Amino acid sequence: MSETHKTEIDKITGVETTGHEWDGLKELNNPLPRWWLYSFYACILWAIGYWVIYPAWPLVSGYTTGVMGYSQRADAIADYEAGMAERAVTGAKLVDASFEDIRTTPELLEFANANGAAAFGDNCAPCHGSGATGSKGYPNLQDDNWLWGGTIDQIYQTIEFGIRSGHDEAHIGDMPAFGRDELLTKEQIDQVANFVASKTGLETDAGADLEAGATVYADNCAACHGEDLKGMQEMGAPNLTAATFLYGKSLAAIKSQVTNPHNGVMPSWEGRLDPATIKSLAVYVHSFGGGQ
Amino acid sequence: MAQTKARLITLEEGLFAAFLVVLAFACLIVAGKTYDQVMAFHATIGALVAAGGVFAIFKTFFDSDGTLAPQEINGKPNYNMGPVKFGTVAAMFWGVAGFTVGLIIASQLAWPALNFDLPWTNFGRLRPLHTSAVIFAFGGNVLLATSMYVVQRTCRARMPGRVLPWFVIIGYNAFIVIAGTGYLLGATQGKEYAEPEWYADLWLTIVWVAYLFLFLGTLWKRKEPHIYVANWFYLAFIVTIAMLHLVNNATIPVSVFGTKSYIVWSGVQDAMVQWWYGHNAVGFFLTAGFLAIMYYFVPKRAGRPVYSYRLSIVHFWALIFIYIWAGPHHLHYTALPQWASTLGATFSIILWMPSWGGMINGLMTLSGAWDKLRTDPVLRMLVVSVAFYGMSTFEGPLMSVRAVNSLSHYTDWTIGHVHSGALGWVGYISFGALYCLVPWLWNKKSLYSLKLVDWHFWLSTLGIVLYITAMWVSGIMQGLMWRAYDKLGFLEYSFIETVEAMFPYYAIRAAGGFLFVLGSLIMAYNLWMTVRHGEAAEAEANPSGALAAAE
Repeated sequence: MSETHKTEIDKITGVETTGHEWDGLKELNNPLPRWWLYSFYACILWAIGYWVIYPAWPLVSGYTTGVMGYSQRADAIADYEAGMAERAVTGAKLVDASFEDIRTTPELLEFANANGAAAFGDNCAPCHGSGATGSKGYPNLQDDNWLWGGTIDQIYQTIEFGIRSGHDEAHIGDMPAFGRDELLTKEQIDQVANFVASKTGLETDAGADLEAGATVYADNCAACHGEDLKGMQEMGAPNLTAATFLYGKSLAAIKSQVTNPHNGVMPSWEGRLDPATIKSLAVYVHSFGGGQ
Repeated sequence: MAQTKARLITLEEGLFAAFLVVLAFACLIVAGKTYDQVMAFHATIGALVAAGGVFAIFKTFFDSDGTLAPQEINGKPNYNMGPVKFGTVAAMFWGVAGFTVGLIIASQLAWPALNFDLPWTNFGRLRPLHTSAVIFAFGGNVLLATSMYVVQRTCRARMPGRVLPWFVIIGYNAFIVIAGTGYLLGATQGKEYAEPEWYADLWLTIVWVAYLFLFLGTLWKRKEPHIYVANWFYLAFIVTIAMLHLVNNATIPVSVFGTKSYIVWSGVQDAMVQWWYGHNAVGFFLTAGFLAIMYYFVPKRAGRPVYSYRLSIVHFWALIFIYIWAGPHHLHYTALPQWASTLGATFSIILWMPSWGGMINGLMTLSGAWDKLRTDPVLRMLVVSVAFYGMSTFEGPLMSVRAVNSLSHYTDWTIGHVHSGALGWVGYISFGALYCLVPWLWNKKSLYSLKLVDWHFWLSTLGIVLYITAMWVSGIMQGLMWRAYDKLGFLEYSFIETVEAMFPYYAIRAAGGFLFVLGSLIMAYNLWMTVRHGEAAEAEANPSGALAAAE
């Protein structure tokens, strides 16, 4: 045990040590660096100033509110309301205007496109892709292959009420599960799938009975997809001669879709987005090039 | 040595054995009755580890020659360095593992296909695996190993207990295994940096209390009149982590036979408790604990006295009193009341100088020894770590100011900030300490290769610089893109566009992480070769050398 405090002078710095030693480690008796101490005090003073100005300390009930009466919450709400009020002016005009008016009024068109682009990125892009080109199960909005119609009014209706969304006005129209519900035999499904494939430029199975398939088609599919296979937008029945299919363009995909179809859902945006934004989205999506 | 009369089993050995027997049976019962596969797996691990512990206690007892390890040999303290060696090896192992997982998740952010669409390799599970592996497994083992080493040497006393030190170090690593495998299997309580479920938390509490007793016991036995500054920091770390752990992990399990539990806190109180914990885990685990390492290894390696005793006292007390209030700055602009967030920010600013006190004491200790930086890459690593410490503890208060935070929060800037502290400060001070410890513990003259340390230093420094600059640019860009409005008042960018813009920086970050991993592999090789092929030191040169025979 080191009994006494033997202070010594450090040869290199000329500073006295404290006289303690642990495992060969010693300590110099330097004072606190001035700049350090004054910076420390300055930070404390700054903090005190901050406490005086802003809400800072809890009290028994409530808290010190600060001399400026500043409230982050009130500030945020005021900011939000100011922004909404600014938008509301043109937004109200947009809601009242017809799509033709919007198309011909630069102010409204610019507003609709800006609003539509912002809303699309955060609401539509998760399914339809940030470039609106869709993916398997989610339609490409850039092409002219529309399930429920590509006129601006039809697009507007689809966005507002959705598809199989549960909304009263939503598009409904389920494709029956011909295989799962045993409406057709497996053989009939193979025949009709081969028939559709033959009409849309796909390879068919060797020895497929296309004539039988045509009969199955006429009896079961033509009512919605049409005699000419070009589909019916009122029913949401896709064009079977189109270049792209929502769930994949292959014989296997067609068989699967006839057997146990996907009936995809798009949400209704009414109530989730304000009317001006929904209208803006219709204008924006229609402008992609596929609009009719 | 002649066979002396066989000793009786000590009270300590008996109690530990009894406890572990009970634990093993409890684990077996849980494993048998549980409906939860993860619980069955963990209870089995628990039973095996506990049974292994009982076996080890009795094997050591029956193998011993009937004497307890002496407290002193030839008037020199007979330090207990076995658990320190264990912790050192574990730290290196977990370090490489944790850094590698970090590299994987950094790459997943740039190339999402690397998630492989498997639940176990998903970012959501690997991310807590990374953070826990580097903080608690790597950092924790470094802290445990160095604290056991430093407290013994600076107290000139052997750690108390035959079983206790081993219980602490092995028990802690068992906790790591339970926590890590739990994340991969999907067991998490969903609190950042406190993900382990209730049973892992409970086990850690037991181990931590044992650690506290071990540390206090060594201080109690000390042969020095004063307690060295490093030990104040270690003690503050141990005590505060215990408090944080208990409060933040107050949960009620759904059943003792299941992994799931519910936190007793709710709503904004839960958020506040979480970030009081989260911030002080940084403060007391990653700062106070590693400052303790700095206070021993920097003066030791530099061969110079600590710059200012007075500064060490003032900054110690200022640090521990002020740090604990700064947590609310993690919750600016949330449901947390504004007064709490202001208070947190102001305490963060006040904390700036107390944090820098440690940096000043570290750097100024080198006065008169700066020339050694040219020749000693280990010292260079220690000093650069202190510089990174200074940088992150300036950046932290800056980011806690609400105006800055409104830009930085939720962006990669935060990730960059954390990693300048984690890779630069915690990583480098740990590497420096391990480079010092391994030759000392295994009684070697020096490291296998200083040249390899040099390579480690430069590769990982380049890695850190790439990492943090990429995150600064990406984070600030991200923040600016989020708040950009067009002239009509609509958001300029959608979220996905901001993600797309970050791709190049994610790739650069992953490259930086790769260099850091590479450096750690070089280090592991170097340490391995030091232990295997290093030249033995003369017993005189190293007082700890004598203990090998006594183990």
